[in-house]
Amino acid sequence: MDITRRRLLILLPAAAVAWKFVEAGTPEAAPNYKLTEHWWAMLVDIPKCIGCGSCVRACSQENDVPEGYFRTWIERYHVADWKIERPEVESPDGGKQGFPPNEISGGKNFFVPKLCNHCADSPCTQVCPVGATFVTPDGVVLVDKSYCLGCRYCVQACPYGCRFINPKTNTAEKCSLCYHRITKGLTTACCEVCPTGARQLADLKNPKDPIHEFLKTHSVQVLKPHMATGAKVFYNGMDGSVR
Amino acid sequence: MFKDTEHLIRLAAVMAIAVLAFVVLRSAVVPKSFGQYGHYRGNAIAEAAALPIAHAGHEVCESCHSDVAEQKKLGKHVVVACEACHGAQAKHADDPASIQPAKLDTAVICARCHEANSAKPKSFPQVVSAEHSGGLACDTCHQPHRPKIEDTAETKSKPATEARK
Repeated sequence: MDITRRRLLILLPAAAVAWKFVEAGTPEAAPNYKLTEHWWAMLVDIPKCIGCGSCVRACSQENDVPEGYFRTWIERYHVADWKIERPEVESPDGGKQGFPPNEISGGKNFFVPKLCNHCADSPCTQVCPVGATFVTPDGVVLVDKSYCLGCRYCVQACPYGCRFINPKTNTAEKCSLCYHRITKGLTTACCEVCPTGARQLADLKNPKDPIHEFLKTHSVQVLKPHMATGAKVFYNGMDGSVR
Repeated sequence: MFKDTEHLIRLAAVMAIAVLAFVVLRSAVVPKSFGQYGHYRGNAIAEAAALPIAHAGHEVCESCHSDVAEQKKLGKHVVVACEACHGAQAKHADDPASIQPAKLDTAVICARCHEANSAKPKSFPQVVSAEHSGGLACDTCHQPHRPKIEDTAETKSKPATEARK
């Protein structure tokens, strides 16, 4: 086939269009924030939690969480003296308005704030069929709302029950560890408002972060360690009855 | 050599067109940043980071309300961030004149933390509000930013107490 002038003129624009698609654009990096220099985690100090619900309210305001759904919530545990293997757990409205006084007396009572554990080996990202959820290079599990099909695999896969389907967008949603805040040098909304310091954002790659001293000097656990999720929400003073 | 090589050339041309169509379609359908960091859209990270904030943070509040910050420093509520009670105020911080924070009801706000509950740590100050105040609003006696009553009585102004650890 000879390349005539006519054919060349037809081919050139086509090639130009094709080249535009082939050439991959590099998105601009966020100024002053390097993905590889952080590894985010959170510390929850259970003996400090007063169950006031400030974190739940702040989270829902910060992230526009639909009414009745929670990216973070507080559970109140009641462990009876004689029935230690069956703790009673309640979370009225996620603990958003605090907790009414306990009706049952005796036993052991305490609050446990829950949120996404930002697992390093997270089951939810492993089951996503389209790559809509992922662990960022700085250790945060995020959902790409524009890519999510709403298939609910991840909701089932999360062993901590941290995911839900947003009824407005019909896509999976969860705690983003306030990614829009921590990348700007702010703390998360829940940590910002926690009045007792029961929640603390931690950057494990920052050698100056007080988390390192805390982890060395305290017996800290994660939820469901037997599931080997690489959970990064560390609980201090956690009772064995917590699920 | 070969007879009817025309067929082979046609077949090769069809294959070449199919491959080109695949490459062009794939690059049109798959987002450009997909696979930049892993099996996901790399730009999703920047998009998540670009969302607007709702809580300004206590440093921002204190840059204008330094009088309140000074008061708080003298009492135990120094560790309580402004937005824990006042709610998300980034919009107010951006436009202080036209967006005003709502007035708070101390009966609700104070009780969330200080109403007695056996699940709360024993060392945390708690009251049964019905017995404690007899229905009076908390701020009748307590100044919320510096709640200890002796602290705020004009005559007995005490020096700064250390922040709770």
